Amino acid sequence: MDILKVSNLYKSFDNKKVINGVSFTVQSGKIVGLLGKNGSGKTTVIKMINDLLTIDEGEVLINGEKISEKTKAIVSYLPERTYLDSSQTVSDCIKYFSDFYADFDKTKALELLKDLGLDGENSLSKMSKGMKEKIQLILVMSRRAKLYILDEPFGGVDPSTRDYIMKTILKNFGDDSAMLITTHLIADVEKILDEVLFIDNGKIILQGSAEQLREEKGLSIDGIFRREVK
Amino acid sequence: MSFGFKSDTPIYLQIIEHIKLQIITKVYKPYDRLPSVRELSLIYEVNPNTVQKALSVLEEEGLIFTERTNGKFVTGDGDVIKAVTSDTVEVMISEFLTSMKNLGYETSEVIKMIEEKE
Repeated sequence: MDILKVSNLYKSFDNKKVINGVSFTVQSGKIVGLLGKNGSGKTTVIKMINDLLTIDEGEVLINGEKISEKTKAIVSYLPERTYLDSSQTVSDCIKYFSDFYADFDKTKALELLKDLGLDGENSLSKMSKGMKEKIQLILVMSRRAKLYILDEPFGGVDPSTRDYIMKTILKNFGDDSAMLITTHLIADVEKILDEVLFIDNGKIILQGSAEQLREEKGLSIDGIFRREVK
Repeated sequence: MSFGFKSDTPIYLQIIEHIKLQIITKVYKPYDRLPSVRELSLIYEVNPNTVQKALSVLEEEGLIFTERTNGKFVTGDGDVIKAVTSDTVEVMISEFLTSMKNLGYETSEVIKMIEEKE
Protein backbone atom coordinates (compact mmCIF):
# COMPACT_ATOMS: atom_id res chain seq x y z
CA MET A 1 0.00 0.00 0.00
CA ASP A 2 1.39 3.41 -1.00
CA ILE A 3 1.17 5.72 1.97
CA LEU A 4 2.81 8.45 -0.07
CA LYS A 5 2.76 8.82 -3.83
CA VAL A 6 4.59 11.70 -5.43
CA SER A 7 4.08 12.07 -9.19
CA ASN A 8 5.98 14.35 -11.53
CA LEU A 9 6.58 17.25 -9.17
CA TYR A 10 7.90 20.51 -10.56
CA LYS A 11 8.80 23.69 -8.73
CA SER A 12 10.49 26.90 -9.81
CA PHE A 13 11.65 29.89 -7.82
CA ASP A 14 12.03 33.06 -9.90
CA ASN A 15 12.01 31.10 -13.15
CA LYS A 16 14.74 28.82 -11.89
CA LYS A 17 13.61 25.20 -11.92
CA VAL A 18 14.55 23.63 -8.58
CA ILE A 19 12.43 20.49 -8.76
CA ASN A 20 12.40 18.83 -12.11
CA GLY A 21 9.89 15.99 -12.39
CA VAL A 22 10.27 14.07 -9.11
CA SER A 23 8.27 10.85 -8.69
CA PHE A 24 8.46 8.18 -5.99
CA THR A 25 6.34 6.19 -3.55
CA VAL A 26 6.70 5.27 0.09
CA GLN A 27 4.99 2.07 1.14
CA SER A 28 3.60 0.97 4.45
CA GLY A 29 6.22 -0.57 6.75
CA LYS A 30 9.11 1.03 4.88
CA ILE A 31 11.74 3.56 5.85
CA VAL A 32 12.83 5.48 2.78
CA GLY A 33 15.79 7.84 2.57
CA LEU A 34 15.72 10.92 0.33
CA LEU A 35 19.44 11.51 -0.03
CA GLY A 36 21.09 14.52 -1.59
CA LYS A 37 23.65 17.23 -1.12
CA ASN A 38 22.75 20.61 0.33
CA GLY A 39 20.68 22.47 -2.24
CA SER A 40 19.68 19.36 -4.18
CA GLY A 41 15.98 19.95 -3.56
CA LYS A 42 15.29 17.62 -0.62
CA THR A 43 13.66 20.16 1.64
CA THR A 44 11.68 21.71 -1.23
CA VAL A 45 10.14 18.30 -1.99
CA ILE A 46 9.39 17.75 1.70
CA LYS A 47 7.76 21.17 1.99
CA MET A 48 5.56 20.48 -1.03
CA ILE A 49 4.49 17.15 0.50
CA ASN A 50 3.59 19.03 3.69
CA ASP A 51 1.69 21.76 1.82
CA LEU A 52 4.14 24.43 2.97
CA LEU A 53 5.04 25.28 -0.62
CA THR A 54 2.66 25.31 -3.56
CA ILE A 55 3.14 22.70 -6.25
CA ASP A 56 3.76 24.12 -9.75
CA GLU A 57 2.99 20.85 -11.47
CA GLY A 58 2.44 17.25 -10.41
CA GLU A 59 0.59 15.56 -7.60
CA VAL A 60 1.06 14.37 -4.04
CA LEU A 61 -1.24 11.64 -2.72
CA ILE A 62 -1.21 10.65 0.93
CA ASN A 63 -2.93 7.38 1.70
CA GLY A 64 -4.51 7.65 -1.76
CA GLU A 65 -5.93 11.14 -1.23
CA LYS A 66 -5.01 14.66 -2.24
CA ILE A 67 -3.54 16.85 0.48
CA SER A 68 -6.27 18.06 2.85
CA GLU A 69 -6.91 18.54 6.55
CA LYS A 70 -7.65 14.85 6.65
CA THR A 71 -4.32 13.79 5.17
CA LYS A 72 -2.42 16.28 7.33
CA ALA A 73 -3.86 14.60 10.39
CA ILE A 74 -1.99 11.39 9.56
CA VAL A 75 1.40 12.96 8.76
CA SER A 76 3.90 13.62 11.52
CA TYR A 77 6.56 16.01 10.30
CA LEU A 78 9.90 16.95 11.82
CA PRO A 79 11.09 20.09 10.04
CA GLU A 80 14.71 20.88 9.46
CA ARG A 81 14.57 23.78 11.87
CA THR A 82 13.04 23.68 15.28
CA TYR A 83 9.71 25.45 15.69
CA LEU A 84 9.47 25.01 19.44
CA ASP A 85 9.25 28.28 21.29
CA SER A 86 12.22 28.69 23.64
CA SER A 87 10.14 30.42 26.26
CA GLN A 88 8.10 27.23 26.71
CA THR A 89 8.53 24.42 29.19
CA VAL A 90 8.35 20.74 28.37
CA SER A 91 4.73 20.67 29.65
CA ASP A 92 3.78 23.50 27.31
CA CYS A 93 5.09 21.47 24.36
CA ILE A 94 3.16 18.41 25.45
CA LYS A 95 -0.01 20.43 25.82
CA TYR A 96 0.51 22.01 22.41
CA PHE A 97 0.86 18.61 20.74
CA SER A 98 -2.10 17.15 22.67
CA ASP A 99 -4.28 20.07 21.56
CA PHE A 100 -3.23 19.92 17.95
CA TYR A 101 -3.01 16.24 17.21
CA ALA A 102 -5.69 13.67 17.98
CA ASP A 103 -3.19 10.84 17.48
CA PHE A 104 -0.69 12.20 20.03
CA ASP A 105 0.17 9.59 22.67
CA LYS A 106 0.87 11.69 25.74
CA THR A 107 1.80 8.76 27.96
CA LYS A 108 4.39 7.60 25.50
CA ALA A 109 5.87 11.09 25.15
CA LEU A 110 6.10 11.51 28.92
CA GLU A 111 7.82 8.15 29.24
CA LEU A 112 10.37 9.00 26.56
CA LEU A 113 10.99 12.39 28.16
CA LYS A 114 11.44 10.76 31.54
CA ASP A 115 14.07 8.46 30.03
CA LEU A 116 15.95 11.63 29.13
CA GLY A 117 15.67 12.80 32.72
CA LEU A 118 13.23 15.59 31.85
CA ASP A 119 10.05 16.57 33.58
CA GLY A 120 7.40 19.15 32.75
CA GLU A 121 9.06 22.02 34.58
CA ASN A 122 12.20 22.06 32.44
CA SER A 123 12.37 25.15 30.28
CA LEU A 124 13.55 24.92 26.69
CA SER A 125 15.55 28.14 27.01
CA LYS A 126 18.04 26.37 29.29
CA MET A 127 18.58 23.44 26.95
CA SER A 128 21.29 22.61 24.47
CA LYS A 129 20.55 22.33 20.78
CA GLY A 130 20.93 18.53 20.98
CA MET A 131 18.42 18.30 23.82
CA LYS A 132 15.87 20.39 21.93
CA GLU A 133 16.33 18.17 18.88
CA LYS A 134 15.65 15.12 21.05
CA ILE A 135 12.49 16.66 22.52
CA GLN A 136 11.17 17.57 19.11
CA LEU A 137 11.85 14.07 17.83
CA ILE A 138 10.05 12.59 20.84
CA LEU A 139 7.01 14.76 20.15
CA VAL A 140 6.96 13.80 16.48
CA MET A 141 7.48 10.09 17.13
CA SER A 142 4.84 10.04 19.88
CA ARG A 143 2.11 10.59 17.34
CA ARG A 144 0.49 7.45 16.00
CA ALA A 145 0.81 8.71 12.46
CA LYS A 146 0.63 6.85 9.18
CA LEU A 147 3.49 8.77 7.64
CA TYR A 148 6.52 10.21 9.45
CA ILE A 149 8.58 12.74 7.56
CA LEU A 150 11.90 13.65 9.14
CA ASP A 151 13.86 16.40 7.45
CA GLU A 152 17.58 16.17 8.35
CA PRO A 153 17.06 14.65 11.80
CA PHE A 154 20.84 14.19 12.18
CA GLY A 155 21.90 17.66 11.07
CA GLY A 156 24.52 19.08 13.40
CA VAL A 157 24.07 16.70 16.33
CA ASP A 158 26.85 14.95 18.24
CA PRO A 159 27.38 11.17 17.93
CA SER A 160 25.56 10.26 21.13
CA THR A 161 22.54 12.34 20.10
CA ARG A 162 22.72 10.68 16.70
CA ASP A 163 22.56 7.24 18.39
CA TYR A 164 19.69 8.37 20.55
CA ILE A 165 17.74 9.63 17.53
CA MET A 166 18.44 6.42 15.62
CA LYS A 167 17.24 4.23 18.50
CA THR A 168 14.16 6.37 19.12
CA ILE A 169 13.19 6.07 15.47
CA LEU A 170 13.67 2.29 15.43
CA LYS A 171 11.86 1.80 18.73
CA ASN A 172 8.81 3.84 17.87
CA PHE A 173 8.30 3.18 14.20
CA GLY A 174 5.29 0.89 13.68
CA ASP A 175 4.84 -1.72 10.97
CA ASP A 176 1.68 -0.08 9.69
CA SER A 177 3.29 3.30 9.20
CA ALA A 178 5.87 4.59 6.74
CA MET A 179 8.77 6.98 7.03
CA LEU A 180 10.60 9.37 4.75
CA ILE A 181 13.94 10.67 6.02
CA THR A 182 16.08 13.25 4.25
CA THR A 183 19.76 13.56 4.95
CA HIS A 184 23.11 14.38 3.46
CA LEU A 185 24.82 12.34 6.21
CA ILE A 186 24.29 9.07 4.42
CA ALA A 187 26.79 6.87 6.25
CA ASP A 188 25.04 7.68 9.53
CA VAL A 189 21.58 6.67 8.45
CA GLU A 190 21.90 4.06 5.70
CA LYS A 191 21.60 1.04 8.01
CA ILE A 192 18.03 1.88 8.90
CA LEU A 193 16.79 2.47 5.36
CA ASP A 194 14.75 0.03 3.28
CA GLU A 195 14.88 2.09 0.15
CA VAL A 196 16.92 5.00 -1.07
CA LEU A 197 16.23 7.87 -3.45
CA PHE A 198 19.20 9.90 -4.68
CA ILE A 199 18.20 13.44 -5.53
CA ASP A 200 20.47 15.80 -7.45
CA ASN A 201 19.61 19.09 -9.15
CA GLY A 202 15.93 18.52 -8.42
CA LYS A 203 15.81 15.09 -10.05
CA ILE A 204 15.79 11.55 -8.71
CA ILE A 205 18.88 10.03 -10.30
CA LEU A 206 18.83 6.62 -8.66
CA GLN A 207 16.37 4.67 -6.56
CA GLY A 208 16.08 1.17 -5.19
CA SER A 209 16.32 -1.20 -2.26
CA ALA A 210 19.31 -0.37 -0.06
CA GLU A 211 20.32 -4.02 0.35
CA GLN A 212 19.99 -4.76 -3.35
CA LEU A 213 22.12 -1.76 -4.28
CA ARG A 214 24.84 -2.85 -1.84
CA GLU A 215 24.75 -6.33 -3.33
CA GLU A 216 24.79 -5.15 -6.96
CA LYS A 217 27.44 -2.48 -6.62
CA GLY A 218 29.56 -4.00 -3.85
CA LEU A 219 29.59 -0.63 -2.12
CA SER A 220 27.85 1.02 0.79
CA ILE A 221 25.01 3.41 -0.05
CA ASP A 222 27.36 6.20 1.00
CA GLY A 223 29.97 4.86 -1.44
CA ILE A 224 27.47 4.62 -4.28
CA PHE A 225 26.25 8.13 -3.56
CA ARG A 226 29.76 9.56 -3.64
CA ARG A 227 30.31 7.91 -7.00
CA GLU A 228 26.99 8.89 -8.57
CA VAL A 229 26.65 12.42 -7.26
CA LYS A 230 29.55 14.66 -8.10
CA MET B 1 26.54 -2.57 21.28
CA SER B 2 28.01 -0.84 18.33
CA PHE B 3 28.29 -3.26 15.49
CA GLY B 4 30.92 -2.74 12.83
CA PHE B 5 29.29 -3.62 9.55
CA LYS B 6 31.40 -3.92 6.45
CA SER B 7 30.05 -1.33 4.10
CA ASP B 8 30.22 -3.28 0.85
CA THR B 9 28.19 -6.37 1.81
CA PRO B 10 24.43 -6.48 2.32
CA ILE B 11 23.71 -6.02 6.01
CA TYR B 12 21.36 -9.00 6.27
CA LEU B 13 24.19 -11.34 5.23
CA GLN B 14 26.39 -9.92 7.96
CA ILE B 15 23.62 -10.35 10.53
CA ILE B 16 23.22 -13.97 9.41
CA GLU B 17 26.95 -14.58 9.93
CA HIS B 18 26.89 -12.88 13.31
CA ILE B 19 23.92 -14.87 14.61
CA LYS B 20 25.47 -18.10 13.27
CA LEU B 21 28.67 -17.37 15.19
CA GLN B 22 26.67 -16.74 18.33
CA ILE B 23 24.90 -20.07 17.91
CA ILE B 24 28.18 -21.89 17.23
CA THR B 25 29.86 -20.33 20.26
CA LYS B 26 26.79 -21.08 22.39
CA VAL B 27 25.97 -17.47 23.19
CA TYR B 28 22.56 -18.63 21.96
CA LYS B 29 22.17 -22.25 23.08
CA PRO B 30 19.83 -24.87 21.59
CA TYR B 31 16.18 -24.00 22.33
CA ASP B 32 17.13 -20.47 23.48
CA ARG B 33 14.67 -17.80 22.49
CA LEU B 34 16.19 -15.20 20.18
CA PRO B 35 15.53 -11.51 20.84
CA SER B 36 12.52 -10.18 18.93
CA VAL B 37 12.86 -8.51 15.55
CA ARG B 38 12.53 -5.11 17.17
CA GLU B 39 15.10 -5.95 19.85
CA LEU B 40 17.54 -7.21 17.22
CA SER B 41 16.93 -4.14 15.11
CA LEU B 42 17.92 -2.02 18.11
CA ILE B 43 20.93 -4.23 18.91
CA TYR B 44 22.27 -3.94 15.39
CA GLU B 45 20.77 -0.47 14.78
CA VAL B 46 19.31 -1.55 11.47
CA ASN B 47 15.96 -1.57 9.76
CA PRO B 48 13.55 -4.23 11.17
CA ASN B 49 12.93 -5.54 7.63
CA THR B 50 16.66 -6.28 7.33
CA VAL B 51 16.52 -8.32 10.54
CA GLN B 52 13.41 -10.09 9.29
CA LYS B 53 15.19 -11.07 6.10
CA ALA B 54 18.20 -12.45 7.98
CA LEU B 55 15.94 -14.47 10.29
CA SER B 56 13.98 -15.98 7.41
CA VAL B 57 17.21 -17.19 5.80
CA LEU B 58 18.35 -18.70 9.11
CA GLU B 59 14.96 -20.37 9.41
CA GLU B 60 15.19 -21.78 5.87
CA GLU B 61 18.59 -23.21 6.78
CA GLY B 62 17.00 -24.88 9.79
CA LEU B 63 19.12 -23.08 12.37
CA ILE B 64 16.17 -21.41 14.03
CA PHE B 65 12.47 -22.14 14.21
CA THR B 66 9.36 -20.11 14.92
CA GLU B 67 6.97 -20.96 17.67
CA ARG B 68 3.76 -19.19 16.88
CA THR B 69 3.22 -16.10 19.08
CA ASN B 70 6.24 -17.03 21.14
CA GLY B 71 9.06 -15.93 18.90
CA LYS B 72 12.06 -17.54 17.29
CA PHE B 73 14.20 -20.22 18.88
CA VAL B 74 17.55 -21.86 18.21
CA THR B 75 17.21 -25.35 16.81
CA GLY B 76 17.71 -28.32 19.11
CA ASP B 77 19.09 -30.36 16.24
CA GLY B 78 22.77 -30.88 17.07
CA ASP B 79 23.54 -32.14 13.55
CA VAL B 80 22.39 -28.87 11.98
CA ILE B 81 24.57 -26.87 14.36
CA LYS B 82 27.52 -29.18 13.67
CA ALA B 83 27.06 -28.77 9.93
CA VAL B 84 26.96 -24.98 10.22
CA THR B 85 30.03 -25.04 12.46
CA SER B 86 32.06 -27.05 9.95
CA ASP B 87 30.88 -24.84 7.08
CA THR B 88 31.98 -21.79 9.00
CA VAL B 89 35.34 -23.35 9.88
CA GLU B 90 35.86 -24.29 6.25
CA VAL B 91 35.14 -20.75 5.08
CA MET B 92 37.51 -19.30 7.68
CA ILE B 93 40.30 -21.71 6.71
CA SER B 94 39.99 -21.07 3.00
CA GLU B 95 39.88 -17.30 3.58
CA PHE B 96 43.01 -17.61 5.69
CA LEU B 97 44.80 -19.77 3.11
CA THR B 98 43.86 -17.36 0.35
CA SER B 99 45.37 -14.42 2.23
CA MET B 100 48.50 -16.48 2.91
CA LYS B 101 48.73 -17.34 -0.77
CA ASN B 102 48.43 -13.65 -1.60
CA LEU B 103 51.40 -13.07 0.70
CA GLY B 104 53.33 -15.72 -1.22
CA TYR B 105 53.04 -18.74 1.12
CA GLU B 106 51.93 -22.14 -0.16
CA THR B 107 49.58 -24.20 2.01
CA SER B 108 52.31 -26.72 2.88
CA GLU B 109 54.54 -23.91 4.15
CA VAL B 110 51.68 -22.49 6.18
CA ILE B 111 51.05 -25.87 7.79
CA LYS B 112 54.72 -26.12 8.72
CA MET B 113 54.66 -22.66 10.21
CA ILE B 114 51.61 -23.47 12.28
CA GLU B 115 53.21 -26.65 13.61
CA GLU B 116 56.37 -24.79 14.55
CA LYS B 117 54.33 -22.18 16.36
CA GLU B 118 52.72 -24.85 18.51
